[in-house]
Amino acid sequence: MLVTTTKGDMDDSLLEKREGTVDNDNELTTWIEYWLDGELVHRSAHVTLKKMPVFGGGETQVIG
Amino acid sequence: MANTQSMCTSFMSELMLGQHQLGTSTLVSRTSLTAPTTDTVKAALFLTSATINAATTVYAATGEVSGTGYTAGGVTVTNATAPTSTNSSATAGVAYWTPSASITYTTVTLTTAFDTVLLYNFTQSLKAISVHTFGSQTITAGTFTLTMPTNNTSTALLRLATT
Repeated sequence: MLVTTTKGDMDDSLLEKREGTVDNDNELTTWIEYWLDGELVHRSAHVTLKKMPVFGGGETQVIG
Repeated sequence: MANTQSMCTSFMSELMLGQHQLGTSTLVSRTSLTAPTTDTVKAALFLTSATINAATTVYAATGEVSGTGYTAGGVTVTNATAPTSTNSSATAGVAYWTPSASITYTTVTLTTAFDTVLLYNFTQSLKAISVHTFGSQTITAGTFTLTMPTNNTSTALLRLATT
C-alpha cells in the first residue's frame, strides 16, 4: 500500500508503522504514524467527537 | 389540562434557522426573504496556545494552525440536515444540529500542536458558532478527520436546551 509521506509516496513495507487510540468521554481518537529511519514521515489522526456539552439551559421568567 | 411555563422548544431550533429577529440586525443577503439560502459554515483549527472560547465572537486567524495543505479559514462544513427540536416534557426540550458529514483536512502538514475546531458562519461576517476541543494533535503529510457525533437530543454537536 502506498503511503503519502514527506518523502513522497512510499510503499508501507519500507516504513515502520505505529498506531494508537485515545478513548474518553469526549472523543475516540485513532492515529497512525509511519517512520523512516527514525524520522516521522506520515501522521494522520481521526477524531470522533462523542458527546458535546449542551449550550444554554434556558428558562422563562415568571410574570407578575 | 394545565398550562406550564416554558420556552417553546420549537423556538430554539427556529433561532438556529434564523426565523426570528427580535432586534435590528444587519445580515448578509440570503438572496430571498421568503426562501433564503442556507449560510455556509466553516471549520477552522486552532493551536493549543490559542484562546478560543465562549467569548469568541468572530473567526480570526490569530492562533490558527498553518502548514502545507491547510488554507486559512479552514474547510466548509457539509450541512445537509437542518436544525430540529424535540420536547422531552412540558417544560424541557432540546434543539439540535450536527454537520451531515465528517470534517476532513486532506493531505496537510500541521506540525504545531492543535486541539480546537471553531465552527463559524462564513456567510454572516464570520460570526462564531461553537468551539469544540479534543486531544492535542499534529499531522504530518496526512489527513485529519473529525467525525461527527450522532445527531440526536443527547449527542448532537450543537444543542440548545431548556431545563
